[in-house]
Amino acid sequence: MYSFAYHCPASLADAKALLGRIEEARLLAGGQTLIPTLKQRLASPDAVIDLKGIGGLAAIERRGDALAIGALAKHAAVAASPVVRQAIPALAGLADGIGDPQVRNRGTLGGSIVNNDPAADYPAAVLGLGATVHTSERAIPADGFFTGLFETDLEPGEIVTSVSFPIPHRAAYVKFPNPASRYAMVGVFVAETSSGIRVAVTGAGPCVFRLAAAEQALARSFAPASLDGLRVDSQGLSSDIHAGAAYRAHLVAVMARRAVLQALG
Amino acid sequence: MTQDGIGAPLRRKEDRRFLTGRGRYVHDIVRPGQLYAVFLRSPHAHAEILGIDTRPALAGTGVVAVYTAADTAGKINGVPCAWGIAGKDGKPMKEPPHPPLALGKVRHVGDPVAMVVAESLAAARNAAELVQVSYKVLPAVTGVADAVKPGAPQLYDDVPGNLCCDWAVGDKAKTDAAFAKAHHVARLDLVNNRLVPNAMESRAALAEYEPATGDYTLYTSTQLPHVARVLLGVLMLGIPERKFRVVAPDVGGGFGSKQVVYAEEALVTWAAGQLERPVKWVAERSEAFLSDAQGRDHVTHAELALDKDGKFLGLRVATLANIGGYVSTFGPNIPTNLYGPLLAGAYTTPAIYCEVKVVFSNTVPTDAYRGAGRPEATYVLERIVDVAARDLGLDRVDIRRRNFIAKDAYPYQTPVMLQYDTGDHAATLARALDLSGWSGFAARRAGAASRGKLRGIGIVTYIEACGLAPSRIAQQLGARGGLFESANIRVNPSGDVSVFTGAHSHGQGHETVFAQLVGELLGVPSANVEVVHGDTARSPFGLGTYGSRSAAVGGAALFKAAGKIIDKGKKIAAALLEASEQDIEFKNGAFMVAGTDRAKSFVEIAGAAYTPPPSYPLETLEPGLEETAFYDPVNFTYPGGCHVAEVEIDPETGVTTLVAYTAVDDVGTVLNPMIVEGQVHGGVVQGVGQALCEDCVYDPESGQLLSGSFMDYCMPRADDLPVIVSATESTVSAHNPIGVKGCGETGTIASPATVMNAVVDALAAYGISHVDMPASPQRIWRAIQAAAPRAAAE
Repeated sequence: MYSFAYHCPASLADAKALLGRIEEARLLAGGQTLIPTLKQRLASPDAVIDLKGIGGLAAIERRGDALAIGALAKHAAVAASPVVRQAIPALAGLADGIGDPQVRNRGTLGGSIVNNDPAADYPAAVLGLGATVHTSERAIPADGFFTGLFETDLEPGEIVTSVSFPIPHRAAYVKFPNPASRYAMVGVFVAETSSGIRVAVTGAGPCVFRLAAAEQALARSFAPASLDGLRVDSQGLSSDIHAGAAYRAHLVAVMARRAVLQALG
Repeated sequence: MTQDGIGAPLRRKEDRRFLTGRGRYVHDIVRPGQLYAVFLRSPHAHAEILGIDTRPALAGTGVVAVYTAADTAGKINGVPCAWGIAGKDGKPMKEPPHPPLALGKVRHVGDPVAMVVAESLAAARNAAELVQVSYKVLPAVTGVADAVKPGAPQLYDDVPGNLCCDWAVGDKAKTDAAFAKAHHVARLDLVNNRLVPNAMESRAALAEYEPATGDYTLYTSTQLPHVARVLLGVLMLGIPERKFRVVAPDVGGGFGSKQVVYAEEALVTWAAGQLERPVKWVAERSEAFLSDAQGRDHVTHAELALDKDGKFLGLRVATLANIGGYVSTFGPNIPTNLYGPLLAGAYTTPAIYCEVKVVFSNTVPTDAYRGAGRPEATYVLERIVDVAARDLGLDRVDIRRRNFIAKDAYPYQTPVMLQYDTGDHAATLARALDLSGWSGFAARRAGAASRGKLRGIGIVTYIEACGLAPSRIAQQLGARGGLFESANIRVNPSGDVSVFTGAHSHGQGHETVFAQLVGELLGVPSANVEVVHGDTARSPFGLGTYGSRSAAVGGAALFKAAGKIIDKGKKIAAALLEASEQDIEFKNGAFMVAGTDRAKSFVEIAGAAYTPPPSYPLETLEPGLEETAFYDPVNFTYPGGCHVAEVEIDPETGVTTLVAYTAVDDVGTVLNPMIVEGQVHGGVVQGVGQALCEDCVYDPESGQLLSGSFMDYCMPRADDLPVIVSATESTVSAHNPIGVKGCGETGTIASPATVMNAVVDALAAYGISHVDMPASPQRIWRAIQAAAPRAAAE
């Protein structure tokens, strides 16, 4: 780890001011990516701005037909929340399957989606449920939030404050873990929502994406059999020592079917 | 027998400190004024070093020294090899120099290039980034089959074809003749995947030097402190034994990777002398991936000749073994002497010929890894037996039974050097079939099929050689030292006992088992026996722990020393009891005059030895009660057994789940069944790791390690495993006085082949006859994809 300045502002405004003032500053939420990156000397920011002193960013509450979850809500809190388990059990289950207990008790929703790791679980839920990401500046629809490998639509100085998840009729998330890291090698979130069927895929490519062919097939009938014969194009999918693009493409179809089955379960 | 003696399932004395975080590892040791060392390692697999500029690093805050090969050349000799082999032509292997810091050239990613020593770890790390190394990158070769191809990049100017040694064992003519008359020849090509050892405690070394006396002390995470003292001190640094103390405190796992001596250990010792301050180095995990000696890495073609009844007539094996960029401490011995002679297995195959090309490549050197050569041999043999059974339509159990060495045929001379002592393969097989529910498998397979899963069952019957080793035989095979073990038993004046062993425990539980053994032999509670190991200043010269040798060799040395204690005790008792020495019997912890009730307890004799009463004949009998023994075994020991595995494969995803595992082992006398079971569990899991998930992968173009962290190197986890059923079905070894054979590696030797036989059985319906390890989801899915069209067409 290289040395850096540490700030712990007490308000969003203070945090924004620091971000505006310091050239190379990184926000610290749960630190599950940032801290290892610092320890491995892969990042050398001038300052780390810890968000933990800002109140009200970890709330979980139902607001009408949506769940509002604060950016600093820990995975373990989301997993255990009666509100989440009742409204969107698939989301609680997803949170319960992230990393290990240590990660779940430190890592946050906001940290996960801002980092937009291609193998992270939360982006699949945000995109699969058609959620809205609220920031210090604006509201960003999920379809426009995740823009590429570790890239989002956020502007410099913009801080995610919460995510609003519309409550679906039913939903499920099924992932195929990387055998070594147990990150999602392929994860598929399916949801039947009032605005239609959404299928989001994480792990398989450089960035979470929607699977239009599966959405159309499921729109006709929300049943696993609708996805029989679904061929996922391997073009653009990731390839590594654990899974080539063709295998990933195959797993997307399998996980999608299993997710539908689970949603119906 | 004492209640906590031989055979008692005693809980480990060590566990309280290990489980409560009170172990004392090298990293826990802090010496006043200690400095911190960081090694700058090569980012390239193969490159010339054009120049190194250390000046910017030396200017860094807190930096004390930066060393390169220019500083150590002529001061530190090369890293030595302790076991040199000879080729088919009788000529010694190629043994190019292995400088402690790369000299002129780097030969694998992770090859140490410079050592930075600073006042703090952070300062050392900062400075290491400032060392400027100018490289000319050369083409690299990492795969063993590529390394022997004409035109492959050459690691050494004077090692043509990267060939370290062209080795063979067995009678080629006789084997060829056996094949000429064969009814059938089974053939198999396989890869034995390279593994990273991943001991829980990474390697670490802390050296200090006392200028007033010239004494060095090295605390290091090693399996063999005395051997390390000779190799590091005498051979590399020119420090005589009397001036060099090597301490291996608690060591958190070795698996062979810490029976290697490493450049870093010599370098920190040397630097401590140069700087007259303690110097400490602790490997980071990513550094361990790039510098701990790795295991396996074979490419093999095997052929088994059979007659029409399925009797094995001959076995022919040709293996390419990858030993990496340098000759490691025991590196060339592993894929040769510890491999070829194991190919007889549990069978009467009359003719065997095995040739091994030992090959350099731009990878981390390979050396012993739990099982060391024997898992590789067992894998070849037990896989090809399954292939042969399928070729001939024979039952897999039946073909093994037909070829077993019968119990009454022991001792048995194999055609490849070894003479087995005892074994009863029919008994271990029968027990394993029973415990695994072999006969009920069809119903379980049908049940799995109804859930869309492919279920397979696999069996292995094996024999291995451990208890290294008879020094004479080892030396004939190239060992550059003896392989005996030492023991010192010091009976203290109060009658409690201190035991000093040359063996070293890094997870095996010696402090418990050796106390049980000595307690039993001397008739004292094991709680009153303290076992001391891992310090050259305290224990007599011993060879350390590897190759499942501690009980068979170290235990036998303790048996000898205990015998000397009892002999002397009898002399003391005879004097005290005014009887003839011949009339004294030692029984139940007491020295008695035979046929009388006159006796002296062990405690009384110990007291008399140190406080001689008037009747003690000091003119003819020395006071004190302490004896040392060295035991050199007459032969190896030969554990064997039968393992059965069941797997379920999800054909949609290729995921293999191990659903049942049964291990029945003949480990000889069982000293502590709880520890045997623990060793078998650990060994099995380590082999399951190789079979199902572990894979050390280098990029063939760049030579970069692609599986360089736990993000990509897949270790088996508790939730990957079923309950492992373990049982012993022992015959007593004839090769040592306590009848033990060894249990540290049996699991790792048998389980890769057992699991893979089950995997291939599960895939039998697709016509798949072999899958290489690890049976990763992608590999299984691809095998099914490749086979499915074929299977559909049939």
